[in-house]
Amino acid sequence: MHIVACVKRVPLTDIQVKVAADGKTLDTAGVEYMLSFYDELAVEEAIRTKEKLGGEVTVLTLGPADASKELRECLAKGADRAMVLPDNAWGTRDARSTAKALAAKVKELGAQLVFTGRVATDRDQGAVGPMLATYLGWACVTDVVSLELTAGGGKAKRETEAGVETVQFSLPAVLTCDKGLNEPRFAGLKGIMAAKKKSIEESTAEQVANQANFDKLELPPPRKEGRILGEGAAAVPALIQALRNEAKVL
Amino acid sequence: MTTIVVFVESAGSTPRRASLEALGAASQSGASVVAVVTGPNGPAVAKALGAFGAAQVVVLTGADQYSPDATAKDCAAIVCELKASAFLVAASSTGKDLLPRVAALLDCTPHCDCTALRWSGSASGTRPILAGKAIATVSGGGGVFCASLRPNCFAAVEKAAAGTVTTRAASSARLAVVVDVSAKPGTKLDVKEAPIVVSGGRGLRAPESFSLVEDLAAAFGTAAVGASRAVVDAGWRPHSEQVGQTGKTVAPQLYIAVGISGAIQHLAGMRTSKVIVAINKDAAAPIFKVADYGIVGDAFEVLPALTAAVKAAKG
Ligand SMILES: Cc1cc2nc3c(=O)[nH]c(=O)nc-3n(C[C@H](O)[C@H](O)[C@H](O)COP(=O)(O)OP(=O)(O)OC[C@H]3O[C@@H](n4cnc5c(N)ncnc54)[C@H](O)[C@@H]3O)c2cc1C
Ligand SMILES: Nc1ncnc2c1ncn2[C@@H]1O[C@H](COP(=O)(O)O)[C@@H](O)[C@H]1O
Repeated sequence: MHIVACVKRVPLTDIQVKVAADGKTLDTAGVEYMLSFYDELAVEEAIRTKEKLGGEVTVLTLGPADASKELRECLAKGADRAMVLPDNAWGTRDARSTAKALAAKVKELGAQLVFTGRVATDRDQGAVGPMLATYLGWACVTDVVSLELTAGGGKAKRETEAGVETVQFSLPAVLTCDKGLNEPRFAGLKGIMAAKKKSIEESTAEQVANQANFDKLELPPPRKEGRILGEGAAAVPALIQALRNEAKVL
Repeated sequence: MTTIVVFVESAGSTPRRASLEALGAASQSGASVVAVVTGPNGPAVAKALGAFGAAQVVVLTGADQYSPDATAKDCAAIVCELKASAFLVAASSTGKDLLPRVAALLDCTPHCDCTALRWSGSASGTRPILAGKAIATVSGGGGVFCASLRPNCFAAVEKAAAGTVTTRAASSARLAVVVDVSAKPGTKLDVKEAPIVVSGGRGLRAPESFSLVEDLAAAFGTAAVGASRAVVDAGWRPHSEQVGQTGKTVAPQLYIAVGISGAIQHLAGMRTSKVIVAINKDAAAPIFKVADYGIVGDAFEVLPALTAAVKAAKG
């Protein structure tokens, strides 16, 4: 089975956000990057699935041509191939054009199973996985926390407001990975050496123009200055008072 | 008049609050609102929706087990038939899953997890990105404005409307089906939906002391228990309770953080809460920078006193 793990490079989670001069985008000067947290889970699940059911894992990213540091890490963990669809506008790509480009490539690769992250921690959309599946006409389960796969399909669990759902699906499928699904491995020395010999493939993406407009980017309004009401249990009456009379939430 | 289609979720035969908020956001725009409901309780849910501004309710029939892909097809078909200008869902697990599928079927771009919408001129929305460290204003996205709305950010509007109920056979081609839902034990509220969240962190020292957090939540009556990643990773609390960048994003009326330092990734998940209270023994903890009210003190002393005071206040 050919398995694809879709990964995206995102800013580190603890960056101090600055808005660029255009007032619409992130000022990327000095920003350092990582693979999105959930995409690590997608790569891990792809490799585990290959180890169990056999096949080949391709890690796929639409992004900067120099994403090789992140991709090499995936190769070192056990992915067979790594492919970049170079896109200079990757930072501002909307979900639809990203999903369309990935769908075209997944089809071309002849994959049967795609893992993505639940959400990329830059735009916080959680849209590309289910859109990719919809464009491909495939089954999709989002926010997967546990997975049982067989040759023709599988069962996945996801956590919702109502409880834990079990979803039965057919293959081919796109599964988006949530925390709890697995613990990503670290790359071993052997893997790191082997990855050095592999090349990172560059391929072209279907160019689809953005539809969504990013009109403005702002820092969140600072929360108004709070108050320390006091120390220890003695401050409890003041808190009750404030919650009832000022904040009106009690 | 334009039409907005809203997918409405329910718990049993009661529509979910977050879905009523989405209906509220739709009727606020002045459009004619069409609600879509599905599941075995569809007809009962439909009856309640006229009072919340739905001019028409479409009940999908024959779909006792939920299929996200089939439901997406039905919603997209309804949007097309009614030539609707917008499609809205609650940004719940189900809504977040459904929206991008419907958007793709309409070949539109979804705007996920919006915290505000503006309808004057062309529709636009605001949505936190980079885990709430920045707020983006977004618009466009193709012919139909597709958005999911963060719970607790929009008001449900009690507004009598026709509430005409029609039925429609649900799509039978299904690639994925929910075959089981194991309900949460008891009637526990989910952190994403609850109007009040009481969260505990490593300052509680041991999993057993979360009973103090649970007691406070119980005293409020409508509160859910949340947790920092540190205690979830330690296995003290389930992942479903984690608040933050790699957990749930919540925006309750009241968020109480106990023994939580306030790391940037935690703040990401709760900084849009209406009122934030912090209880921490370290006066320099970053959580106090975002808190409206703070108590510097030992959780083991403050929590029991606060629980008793809330009980007394609730009478
Ligand atoms: C990629 C990434 C993603 C992350 N995602 C998340 C996320 O989604 N959610 C999240 O929460 N974190 C997340 N984190 C982790 C985050 O950086 C912090 O490590 C974590 O939030 C700390 O949890 P804590 O506040 O419970 O523990 P600590 O930082 O250890 O803080 C404990 C606090 O309790 C106080 N305290 C101690 N004893 C008492 C007492 N008796 N009474 C009162 N107060 C007391 C201390 O003063 C301290 O402030 C993420 C980190 C990374 C790198
Ligand atoms: N540019 C991209 N290249 C490859 N995969 C992506 C890209 N953008 C998003 N994805 C995948 O889709 C998931 C969800 O992204 P998003 O919808 O942006 O939150 C990510 O976790 C990735 O697995």
